[in-house]
Amino acid sequence: MCTEIIAVEHLQKSFSSLEVIKDISFNVHKGEVLGIIGPSGSGKSTLLRCITQLETVSSGLIRICGQTLVSNQMLKGQLKPVYASKEEMQDIALKVGLVFQNFNLFPHFTVLQNVNEAQIQVLKKSPEEATENSLALLKKMSLEAKIHSYPCELSGGQMQRVSIARALALEPEVLCFDEPTSALDPELTGEILKVIRSLADEKMTMIVVTHEIAFARDLCDNALFMDQGLIVEQGLAQSLITKPKNKRTQAFLSRF
Amino acid sequence: MNSLLVTMLKGTVTSLEIFCLTLLFSLPLGLIIAVGRLSKKKLISSPIGVLLLIVRGTPLILQLIFVYFAPYYLFKLSYDRFTAVIVAFSLNYACYFAEIYRGGIQSIPQGQYEAAKVLGLTKKQGFFRIILPQVVKRILPATGNEVITLVKDTALAQVIGVAELFRVAQNAASKQFSTMPIFIAGVFYFIMNWVVSAGFARLEKKLDYYR
Repeated sequence: MCTEIIAVEHLQKSFSSLEVIKDISFNVHKGEVLGIIGPSGSGKSTLLRCITQLETVSSGLIRICGQTLVSNQMLKGQLKPVYASKEEMQDIALKVGLVFQNFNLFPHFTVLQNVNEAQIQVLKKSPEEATENSLALLKKMSLEAKIHSYPCELSGGQMQRVSIARALALEPEVLCFDEPTSALDPELTGEILKVIRSLADEKMTMIVVTHEIAFARDLCDNALFMDQGLIVEQGLAQSLITKPKNKRTQAFLSRF
Repeated sequence: MNSLLVTMLKGTVTSLEIFCLTLLFSLPLGLIIAVGRLSKKKLISSPIGVLLLIVRGTPLILQLIFVYFAPYYLFKLSYDRFTAVIVAFSLNYACYFAEIYRGGIQSIPQGQYEAAKVLGLTKKQGFFRIILPQVVKRILPATGNEVITLVKDTALAQVIGVAELFRVAQNAASKQFSTMPIFIAGVFYFIMNWVVSAGFARLEKKLDYYR
């Protein structure tokens, strides 16, 4: 049983000459909800994408549930990030779920098929077993009436709830949200925040990149404020958002 | 009149054989070429680029002649004319299909690949279960165009002496001193393409259940 779910140390990521993440270190413990806030272009999404293996890091360490995904090692006199074996990377990938800003549901599958797909293809569950699990998840998301609908027939809020169910279907150790409400109107945003809140009540470990500052303050245990690829301030969400110490944080939150 | 129709129907069968076999080989081959063209490895994508340039840059009629006669001049190897037709047609159409596939594959949003990856699907699973079905829907209209052209292009097979519909009609025309058989052939091609169009319309409708 590990209490440390995610450890990130001195993470650095560049796209050719553009340094998006300069030097980031933080930990996430079991049951913790971490909020990441900051201006656009500060590297928040890239950070999540490094953790979920959608990007490869330029330098640094990422450890998930005690398994090292990537760490710096000496190779021919140079310090280079070295990734785990393919099997181990796949194993680690399944421990981390990701909910996208624009859902990325599979349009040619029904709601049920969307949630079933990875359970059947990746976890090798039988269709019956997968469906049973999916139905329970979709019920939790209040989508039982929509299981045979296609994504194009759903509202944005419903689509996002399907994508949360799809991520949960793999029973990840940690669920990452990349601005899950940015594509939604305020009403639908409330719908999604309610779902995330109920997951927090169940002690689901989560990392939430969000511009919903009030939500981050009320729901998250800890928070990071990022700017220009660095963590400017970190601490308890409540105090970081209500009483920011750093000038840059204060400026960002002054409009809130 | 009856014997004319019988010979023309025989020619039609040959045309349909060319049509079906070409589709059978070129549709999968096109996919392989498209994937190769999209490969990040220059060693794979560059030669395929050259192949596409040559095949799409020269007349099919010339390619038919080349495929049939080149082995003879180079290695004194002669083989069946019909096989040569299928080889040339399949390669030619595969290249056109490849570019259609490529356009379709590249039009799928990056997010679909990312969702597949985050859910732990392998590259192969992601491609065949998530990407390709969506590609098929998107490329149907363009593919329909090519398939209709193929029906008419089968007439080129006569250049290396395969007696398909058009050659048969021409022979009959010169025998009878009448252009009638040519026009009858035209009606035959039209009917075949009518069926092809209807088939594609049905396929499109079938895939209309999602956007």
